This record gives sequence, C-alpha cells and structure tokens, in this order.
Amino acid sequence: MLRRTLLATASAALMALAAPAMAQDEPLKIGFIYVGPVGDGGWTYQHDQGRLAIEAEYGDRVETTFIESVPEGADAERALTQLALAGNDIIFATSFGFMDPVMNVAAKFPDIKFEHATGYKRAENVATYDARFYEGRAVIGTIAGRMTETNKIGYIGSFPIPEVIQGINSSFIHARKVNPEVEMRVVWAYSWFDPAKEAEAASALLAEGVDVILQHTDSTAPLAQAQQAGAIGFGQASDMAAFAPSPRVASIIDDWSPYYIKRVGAMLDGTWESGASWAGIGDGEVVIGEITEAVPAEVKAEAEALRDAIGAGEYHPFTGPLNKADGTAWLAEGETAKDEDLQSMNFYVEGITAQIPQ
Amino acid sequence: MIDPLSVFLLLISASTPILFAALGELVVERAGVLNLGVEGMMITGALAGFAAAYASGNPFLGFLVAALAGATISLLFAALTQVFLANQVASGLALTLFGLGLAAMFGKPFEGVKAPAMPIGPLRINWIVWLGLVMVPVVWWFLNRTRRGLILRGVGENHEAAHALGYDVRLTRLAAIAFGGAMAGVGGAFISIATVLQWTEGMTAGAGWIALAIVVFSNWTAPGVLAGAWLFGGVTVLQLRLQAAGVAVPVQLLSMAPYLATIIVLVAISARQKYSRRAGAAAPGSLGTNFHALR
Repeated sequence: MLRRTLLATASAALMALAAPAMAQDEPLKIGFIYVGPVGDGGWTYQHDQGRLAIEAEYGDRVETTFIESVPEGADAERALTQLALAGNDIIFATSFGFMDPVMNVAAKFPDIKFEHATGYKRAENVATYDARFYEGRAVIGTIAGRMTETNKIGYIGSFPIPEVIQGINSSFIHARKVNPEVEMRVVWAYSWFDPAKEAEAASALLAEGVDVILQHTDSTAPLAQAQQAGAIGFGQASDMAAFAPSPRVASIIDDWSPYYIKRVGAMLDGTWESGASWAGIGDGEVVIGEITEAVPAEVKAEAEALRDAIGAGEYHPFTGPLNKADGTAWLAEGETAKDEDLQSMNFYVEGITAQIPQ
Repeated sequence: MIDPLSVFLLLISASTPILFAALGELVVERAGVLNLGVEGMMITGALAGFAAAYASGNPFLGFLVAALAGATISLLFAALTQVFLANQVASGLALTLFGLGLAAMFGKPFEGVKAPAMPIGPLRINWIVWLGLVMVPVVWWFLNRTRRGLILRGVGENHEAAHALGYDVRLTRLAAIAFGGAMAGVGGAFISIATVLQWTEGMTAGAGWIALAIVVFSNWTAPGVLAGAWLFGGVTVLQLRLQAAGVAVPVQLLSMAPYLATIIVLVAISARQKYSRRAGAAAPGSLGTNFHALR
C-alpha cells in the first residue's frame, strides 16, 4: 500500500512538473510497448512502422519511445509504469494480453491517455483499437477459391478466438462463392509465431491435398513449405514480399499508421477522447499487398473489385443469407452481421465441416 | 484415410532439429557436463547458417558454418565451466540468453531475405535429414564401441577415477561440449535454412528445451534419443494431420501425449533401476558437477 501511495505521489509530482512544461511547446511524448521484437517481420514490425509514421508526420512536435519484447502479464505493468513515469502523454499497448495491465496502470495515471490494441476494456483515459482483418480475408478467400485446382484450401489458425474464426469464415464464404466445390481444412498451431510448428502444419495440409494455404500465424514457414510443394499462399501481417511472385500471390498487411496519426493528431489539438475503433480496408488500416502475376488477370480484377467494394462500404463480407455450421439460420437475406456478433464469433458458417476446439 | 508412410516421412523431417541437438547434448552429458545452453547454440547456428547460405548461395556451406558457430559459442560455456569452474546450470542458462540476444542483434541485416532452396535428396527427403539419421548409429558406435567413447563415458561417470587413471578430464569435456555445440548449430540451421528459408528473431521457439528433455527421456542412449525425437515429432505431425483431415480429435489430448509418454518412461526407468541390479545406462555419475584436479 505504501509503495502505491509513493508511486501516486511521485506521479503527481511529475505531473505537476510536466504540466507547465507542456505549455511551453514541449514535444508530445508518445510511448509504445510491443509484445515481440521490432524485427519479428510481422505484427510488432507493423506497429513500429506506425510509430515511425507518427514521427514522419509530426516531426519535432512529437517524441516517441518504445519498449520491445514485453511479456504479457505482470511485467507489462512494470513497463507501462516506467513509460508513464517517464512523462509520456499517450501510451500505446499493442497486444491483447496487455489489457489488464493497461487498466491497472491507467487507473493510477488518470492524466495520461492509453490506447490498447485488440482489447475490449475501456475507461475515461483508455481507448481500444482493432482492425477488420476479416475484410482482407474475404479478398484472399476469393483468390484462393479461384486458384485451387484440388478444391481444397487450408487455413493455419493460431488460437480459436473470434478474430481468427472471423478470418476462417470470411475466407471460406468468399472462396465458396466463386467455387462451390471448395472445401476448407483447418489446422490449429496454438501459437502466433512458431516457425517449426507452422511448417509442420503446412506440410500436414499439403499432404491432405490442399494447394492454397491461408495463414493466421506470423512466420514465413508455411510459404516456404508451399513453395516446395508447388502450392500457393498469402503474406500475413506484413507483405512477405521475399516469397513473391509465387508462392506468395497476395498478402494482408496491417497498417496502423492512419490510426496512430489520427490519434496523435487528436492529442495535439486536445480533442482526444476514449472510444473503440475498428477500422478496415476503407480506412487504410487493412491493406491488400500487391497481387502478383501468378494470379490470372481476371481473378486479380475480381479480387480488386471486391476489395474496393468493401473499402467503399458497399459490401459487407458477412452478408446473409448465411447459416451456421450446425444448420441453424444466422443472417437473413441481405442482413449484415453486427459488430458485437463478430467480436464474439465462436461458430463456423455452413459448409465448414471441422470443429472448433473448445 | 491417412497414409502412414506420408506421416512417417513428415515426422522424420519434423524431428530433425531436435534430433541433432539432442544427440549433441547426449554426448555432452555422457561426458558429465550439463549444458542448458542448447537453445542459445541452436539460434546461433540458425543465424550463422542462414547468413552463410544466403551470402554464398550454397545451403550446405550454411550448415558447415552453423556447426562452426555452434561449436564456437559453446566454447564460451566450456571456458566458464571447465576453466573458471562456474556453475554449469547458471552458465548454460546464460548461454541461452546470450545466444538469443546475440543472434537478434547480428540478425538485423538478414531480416526479410530468403535462403537458397535446398536440393532434395533421396525419397524427396532433405540430405540433412539423412545425415541426422546416420548420426544416430555413429554416436552410438562412438560411445559404446570405441576407446575414446569409453574414456568419455568414464569421465562422465567418475571424473576423479578417470583423472587418477591419467585421462585429461578437461580436454575430453571440452571436445564433447564443442561437438554438442556443433550439433545444436546444425539443428538450428535446419530450421532457418531448410524449414522456414528466412531468418526471424527467436525462430527456434524452444526446440532446445525439448532436446534437453529428450536426452533424459532417452535414458542417455543414442537409440533412445531417436525414439524420443520421433515420438515428440510424430505426435505433433500426427495431430496436425488428423486436424487437416478433419478428424474430430481433441487437440489438447494429443498435445499432451508426448509429455505423458515421458512421465511413463521415466517411471519405468526408475522402477527398473530399483528392482534390477543390471540397470541400463542411466544418468552419468558426474553429471553437472565440476572437476578440479587438486588431488
């Protein structure tokens, strides 16, 4: 208890010092904590690109720092406190597992703004943000459905959580739309990043006759396996351009820069407010990487048309009629899925025969 | 429905990194040294091998460099534990942390580039996989059928006695540690050069720790190491295949299987040692203890 009081006093003192300093056009201080190393080539790398975009946009008006490879859990609280005590005005926590540490630290530093990626807990000074990755999945699902010759497409899942299940459903719906014969095989790797395991998952799918692999894990191992077997795949989180033009025929890129620039801009004008952001292709947060020449021109055009329709808000990837895998009705003709339903999605749509691990 | 041959071919590839690392660690432990730095040596080999393969365009040169790099970094551990008599557990853990950090630092320029493709060997299986399989009888033969293997085991069982007989305990252990490092390096390079074809920080993802567990599981024998590596690799491959085939098997149950098997084997081993005088090779007598020739 004593330590907490001390901390609060220390922070209050710092705030007192920081307040007049801010008035004299000191740069806005922005802190980031990352779950992985900046060099992971995927998730964390993309967040760091967003940080660099803030610096490029606002120059001397901002000052950014980051702490990388912060484990999810108690240690995150230490890292967040460290950033708060260092006088940061806004702190971005870029992994789901930082949720409770963010809430705890935010309660102790009410004057500092926090932004938590992919979480759902909010407060006066805690906002959340996420990206509609399922929109990108609809586009690559279309390509997968057109490109498969064996009519079997495979999906390497990380963990059976709503975000991944949205991705599986979205890609399957759109693959089946262009190819009614298509079947979806799902393998769970139970990891976001484990190259050896991902490679094994990919070879298991390939041995089952799958010739298009979609991945929800962050390493290039599945692409390497696909290449050896003459199959194709897609870049995940970052572009994975080293594997273009084939096996990597397109990619889903997370681009956090527009959101980061917008939120920091709001801090600078003093209009920052807590809220939940869930942006997609339309806001430039989910980007489809270059579709290579390995994809026939008409398929490329079809995929790009779908991308643009989603981006313009003319089409929602979850539009009825859609049934759940158990045959019960989900969305009626023309009805689109509500965000709350998507955020708690725990079922496959009709046509996927696999079971979601419980 | 699932072709057993294809599962088998997948599993021998999948278990190759841990097979190499565990065979190396087996020799190290039979010499009486416990090197917990396997993960650090593997990641060093993964980076050095990848860098060499990328720069030269020759994957086999990559494996050679990986072996050298693994051996070199293992000598750091050897210097600490054999010369300065530092605690082996602490030094091994330090080696893991050091290797991971070092590889992350020097790996920056190699992010995002791709390794040259490996030529495919007989039966569509990588040459390095074959090499791993050949190393099993070689290590067994060395340990059990050669004079140097006997000396190495003697040093591991009782370093005082080996020293009294005039054998150089320190030199034997140094050689064993370097061999273990080289093998771990090749195992790590298999992940970066043959499996992923790219360098990524932390890409060995705990394989070194599984290799350490397999040495215990093997009861300190080379065939046991092969059985352990295949069991771990096999169960992983099988559960992924079952999932890919759409068979409704509880994934958690299968993921548990290798660890369950380890417990059963350990119980069986200790029971055998309790009830039989003529027990097989168990943990080397001097495992993990430092030797200092004072007397």
